[in-house]
Amino acid sequence: MIINHPLLGPRDSAEFVYLGAATLMDRPDPDTATAEEWHDYGYLRDNPAGPHRELWFHEGGDRSILIVTRNTTTHEITAVELARTVGART
Amino acid sequence: MRYSGFKVIKEALTGHKGWTQAWRDPEPQAQYDIVIIGGGGHGLATAHYLASVYGERRVAVIEKGWIGGGNVGRNTTIIRSNYLLDGNEPFYEFSLKLWEGLEQDLNYNAMVSQRGIMNLIHSDAQRDAFIRRGNAMILNGADAELLSEAQIRLEYPFLNFDDARFPIKGGLAQRRGGTVRHDAVAWGYARAADSRGVDIIQNCEVIGFRIEDGTCLGVETSKGFIGAGRVGCAVAGNSSRLMAKAGMRLPIESHVLQAFVSEGLKPVLPGVITFGAGHFYVSQSDKGGLVFGGDIDGYNSYAQRGNLPVVEDVCEGGMAIMPMIGRARLLRMWGGIMDMSMDGSPIIDRTHIDGLYFNGGWCYGGFKATPASGYAFAHLLARDEPHETATAYRFDRFRTGHMIDEKGMGNQPNLH
Amino acid sequence: MTQKNRLGGGQVDRNTTLTFTFDGKTYAGHPGDTLASALLANNVRLMGRSFKYHRPRGPLSAGSEEPNAIVELRSGARQEPNTRATTAELFDGLAARSQNRWPSLAFDAMAVNDRLSGFLTAGFYYKTFMWPAAFWEKIYEPIIRKAAGLGSLSMQADPDTYDKGFRHCDLLIIGAGPAGLSAALTAGRAGKHVILADEDFRMGGRLNAETFSVADMAGADWATQSVAELSAMPNVRLMPRTTVIGAFDHGIYGAVERISDHVAVPETGKPRQILWRIYAQNTLLCAGATERPIAFENNDRPGIMLAASLRAYANRWAATPAPRVAVFTSNDDGHRTARDLHAKGVKVAAVIDTRADAPRSHDYEVLQGAQVVDTMGRLGLTFVEVRQANGEMRTVECGALGVSGGWNPNVQLTCHQRGRPAWDDALAAFVPGGTLPPGMVVAGAVGGQFSTYAALKSGADAARQALGLKGRAPRIPDAEDAPVEQTPFWYVEGCTRAWLDQQNDVTVKDVKLSHQEGFRSVEHLKRYTTLGMATDQGKTSNMGGLAIMAELAGKTIPEVGTTIFRPPYTPTSIGALAGRMRGKEFHPTRLTPSHVWAKERGAVFVEVGNWLRAQWFPLPGETHWRQSVDREVMATRASVGVCDCTTLGKIDVQGTDAATFLNKVYCNGFAKLAVGKTRYGLMLREDGIAMDDGTAARLAEDHFVVTTTTANAGKVYQHMEFVRQCLMPEADVQLISTTEAWAQYAVAGPNSRKLLQKIVDAEYDISNDAFPFMACGNITVCGGLRARLFRISFSGELAFEIAVPARYGDALMRKLMTEGEAFDVTPYGTEALGAMRIEKGHAAGNELNGTTTALNLGMGRMVSKTKDSIGSKLSERPGLNTADALVQVGLRPVDAADKITAGGHLMHADGPVDAAHDQGYVTSAAYSPTLGHMIGLGFLKDGANRHGETLRLVSPVTDLTVNVEIVSAHFVDPEGDRVRA
Repeated sequence: MIINHPLLGPRDSAEFVYLGAATLMDRPDPDTATAEEWHDYGYLRDNPAGPHRELWFHEGGDRSILIVTRNTTTHEITAVELARTVGART
Repeated sequence: MRYSGFKVIKEALTGHKGWTQAWRDPEPQAQYDIVIIGGGGHGLATAHYLASVYGERRVAVIEKGWIGGGNVGRNTTIIRSNYLLDGNEPFYEFSLKLWEGLEQDLNYNAMVSQRGIMNLIHSDAQRDAFIRRGNAMILNGADAELLSEAQIRLEYPFLNFDDARFPIKGGLAQRRGGTVRHDAVAWGYARAADSRGVDIIQNCEVIGFRIEDGTCLGVETSKGFIGAGRVGCAVAGNSSRLMAKAGMRLPIESHVLQAFVSEGLKPVLPGVITFGAGHFYVSQSDKGGLVFGGDIDGYNSYAQRGNLPVVEDVCEGGMAIMPMIGRARLLRMWGGIMDMSMDGSPIIDRTHIDGLYFNGGWCYGGFKATPASGYAFAHLLARDEPHETATAYRFDRFRTGHMIDEKGMGNQPNLH
Repeated sequence: MTQKNRLGGGQVDRNTTLTFTFDGKTYAGHPGDTLASALLANNVRLMGRSFKYHRPRGPLSAGSEEPNAIVELRSGARQEPNTRATTAELFDGLAARSQNRWPSLAFDAMAVNDRLSGFLTAGFYYKTFMWPAAFWEKIYEPIIRKAAGLGSLSMQADPDTYDKGFRHCDLLIIGAGPAGLSAALTAGRAGKHVILADEDFRMGGRLNAETFSVADMAGADWATQSVAELSAMPNVRLMPRTTVIGAFDHGIYGAVERISDHVAVPETGKPRQILWRIYAQNTLLCAGATERPIAFENNDRPGIMLAASLRAYANRWAATPAPRVAVFTSNDDGHRTARDLHAKGVKVAAVIDTRADAPRSHDYEVLQGAQVVDTMGRLGLTFVEVRQANGEMRTVECGALGVSGGWNPNVQLTCHQRGRPAWDDALAAFVPGGTLPPGMVVAGAVGGQFSTYAALKSGADAARQALGLKGRAPRIPDAEDAPVEQTPFWYVEGCTRAWLDQQNDVTVKDVKLSHQEGFRSVEHLKRYTTLGMATDQGKTSNMGGLAIMAELAGKTIPEVGTTIFRPPYTPTSIGALAGRMRGKEFHPTRLTPSHVWAKERGAVFVEVGNWLRAQWFPLPGETHWRQSVDREVMATRASVGVCDCTTLGKIDVQGTDAATFLNKVYCNGFAKLAVGKTRYGLMLREDGIAMDDGTAARLAEDHFVVTTTTANAGKVYQHMEFVRQCLMPEADVQLISTTEAWAQYAVAGPNSRKLLQKIVDAEYDISNDAFPFMACGNITVCGGLRARLFRISFSGELAFEIAVPARYGDALMRKLMTEGEAFDVTPYGTEALGAMRIEKGHAAGNELNGTTTALNLGMGRMVSKTKDSIGSKLSERPGLNTADALVQVGLRPVDAADKITAGGHLMHADGPVDAAHDQGYVTSAAYSPTLGHMIGLGFLKDGANRHGETLRLVSPVTDLTVNVEIVSAHFVDPEGDRVRA
């Protein structure tokens, strides 16, 4: 696969490490979250057949973490964002 | 109809007119006691044991496509019970025992071949871990044998001992492990279940569940509503997609695992060999093909196909450990979708919906588990309580902190 | 060495004669020949035996779709099984052998299977061999396995090398027939970067095999001229002998180039094959079509082949299988074969055409509305039996029969991303469907454009379309443009032993049985009968099987469907897919800066991940590794030892929020760590399980240096980046891995300070008061070399770790050795390091095994309750905090002479020994030279409260049972006086 890195352009996915669903960025608020919310965050996944927002770590590159929107049935990539930028915005 | 050598001879002499369909092709009835979704190895095995062990008479298996088309039709055929943890080992050992009697039970030759499995050891830490595992196996009643490098040289002289980046320092053998003709498992279970009255309904897709007041009453399918006292889901690879129709999110991700077969070769490998310093495991089929595999591609996928980096990674592992396969040719590769669970272990449990039961999360342990999975799921469906070998395979283990994490990789499914 | 069946003309170089052997017999051929064409020219039709019935077989085709002429090539370690004689390029000295026969190809004892074929039907093995149960592995299976398989491996390491490479292009064209060449000319002339790949060694595709003219010259000459023009273009790369094996995601294609298979031994420095990963903006598939056979009784005899292959042998290779041939066809294409062979002077006995209105000829007899119903000739065709339109039977004498049932487009690569081909009624064939791999278009015969002109035009058009070329369309050269007419005709009525899959011996009868037994879906058919699963992957057999199943099921062919085509397009050597990553090059080897020094000292090295580390340093006279290790431990504890710990992960953490950040990733507190101090830290995964441990040293308010274990360096760095970028995106903190930037050495033992004082520059006071336990700081050594010093201890002794820029690592080690002579300084390796850490009770990889919590490690109280850190919440789950949770303990044998084994399990001393009574397990064990007996670390249920208890350590897999006493894990200096000295 080829991931179009927002800063570096198209890169082979073999340069990256897959970290999992982008929902991993939505860590529960440690002050208010219930045990159930921690369980859901840690263990439940939407696992959709279709577009999936997911994290790829550019280990063999600039070490940024990207949010890649990729269709799990076709592997088509429709969006690539820098996780840090998105995280800071939300 | 009973299969036998005598019958084969008789039919050969009379023009093969007497062979009948291996299983019927029935239309679904309006109501069953138990409906199993998924005509793969696990679903068909469940049906067989429901009928043969638990005396259930009104059982249907419904399958979206053709039976045996999921992971039982696309795996590397290995059976073994070399697990470490108490939550797993008794279950897989039960499975291995069921394999050992499978042909007689089913009257179908699935070619269960206990040619042994050898896990190679390449470091002291790995040896420590394999000693712990071998001990756990023996303490659970399975067989295990620790071999020295010299013993491995005798048994597998063609391995790379002298030019290895990660030298072979020994191995853990399970002599009762081996391989099975994978498609025949699905067909054997289907034929046996069918002979006891189980309806196997192919080309019947589940569109949804009919759930009222927290109770599942049956399934909506492409062939209409089918009522059921209990519904069991056994669709590993597609578990999240199916259970979403019941409003559930699962501790599962779907990942693609590629597997490979070479052109046919005269006998090369005595049994199954796994490389301990890379991702490569291999056996040789009765037809002569080297059947091998490695790691999953590592990203969520339902595409049933993989990419080149893992193909190369697997072949690199192969050449590292047995450089004589360089001139053998890869004939075919394919990809299957795994239910990768959050701790690498499966789930066989009730759901929070009455009458709806789940079997999935097999990661890549699914094929070898087929008999025990079917047996345990049949037990759960028939008795509404877990089978004694599958008590740990609960949904709530992540909530309570009772994970069964053989590899110690935590809640990252693609690492299991 | 007469080439009895060599004809005139063709594209072989008669000026050179090549000598080769087949089954030990010597023959002659010419450059341009394949092994199959040369054998045919030498009047050899019999080249192989089938898989199951061991039927005699000759080539069915002249290309990569070949199921029958499969041979072993070369000898010794280069022996290459299952090679298609139809694609193997002839070279001088080539040695080939037939395979899967005994004792000889002409007389094969296993051919008895053919007599037993009534018993050996599809799936017969599923119905028998079950009694008695024990006989399967012992009797039946070994016989089956021995009989199965085709060629054999040499069992020696492949002596050739393989390589990998990457290529990029605007347009990848797969197939250099008329469509591919036309496309390449169009794109190349437009200046685009083009790769033109073809599996053949001679580009031109069918142009080389036909007699048609293109642009008023022979088609083959036009191909040669076009190739010459293309090879002069700097923007076009021609890749003959290159098979595109798979279409992968996002325009990435795998291709294998055979660099050296056409020579006896690769030239020095050249690989045998190269696996290319081609990144293509656009791809044009011009893979052509494959002729399909017709099933009739005994249609598998040597001499029976596809009609277009028969004429390819005649036209391109100037060879015929026999001086007298016949053709059996259902379409006009078969007549081309008859015409071409007749023109070459080969006697055409008859053209048997299934159509009543078949065209007639003045040159040979055409039997209209006739069918071949049987054939004769044990090791090669002698006669065919023909049923004529009027029902009369007639025998036609011929040594070869060309069979044509029409053509199937080679859609395989269009399906590699699970696209399904579509049925074209007019062609009666599957053509590429609507869902091709993104970026791929097709042209030529693969797209149903069967005439030469149509192929040329569609190639040019497709190239223009794919690349968005504007301007006037190029002129298409004049060429043959016959209308396409394909009358589907799959099998002769009433046939049973009529072969569909010739290699796997699947006949019409087997398909019927499969249907009878309910194996009716295409996938069931394939798996039950093994149709299409041989080395040719069903290129000539699948369609016939489908057609028969469709008829039996009362469905149309598209309703029955097709199986999925998967990579590789043709079988691909495993060596090519592995490339250079084998032997010692399997993984990169990481060496520390003092590696050369250690080697000089005679160190024994051990693989630790990709690193090589010194395991111990044997001295003369030491014959057992324990002698060296024990000495190293004792010397360190007595005076001073030095260990290279460069491999530990080192991560620089900087920024105003660095402390806040570390406070989040470590479960214990870091916010208040003073500058100049180091702290032990335990890092949890979010699921509450320990991930790694190490130290973090605060060199400045906004600057920390974190160490990780060697094994987890990459994982911890990745985790910290995740926390930084995904969970704390607004924090001012930056990370960089500096593992390779610093060489680091542990200097341990009571004299360690004295040794260091000899090299640390005078302005730095490292006395106990000025630089106490857990101090850290930037210093200089040896007169101004910048260094970092940490007063931390893994060994339990007074100890330091000193780091210098990597390029000074070797010099520093040598300096420490020289300056340390006064203290008898001893370098120690990982074994002594391990023994000392076990003596001290420090957890390492064996304890941090991915399933253990802080509680298990005896560090439960380290998990701060006053702050949130990664993993703290989920570590509170009840299952991880049971009263009898495993806790790390120390183990000593009750009898000091006894052994302790890591991996052993702990049982009550007198209780039953089984899994149900398991109390825990041993993680690490070592001989303690300090204590004079073995010691161990382990996890024991409720271990903290069981010190003093005697348990039984069992390790049945190593045949060990010993009694052990549970003790504190701190075997040496439990009070920690030494580290503070």
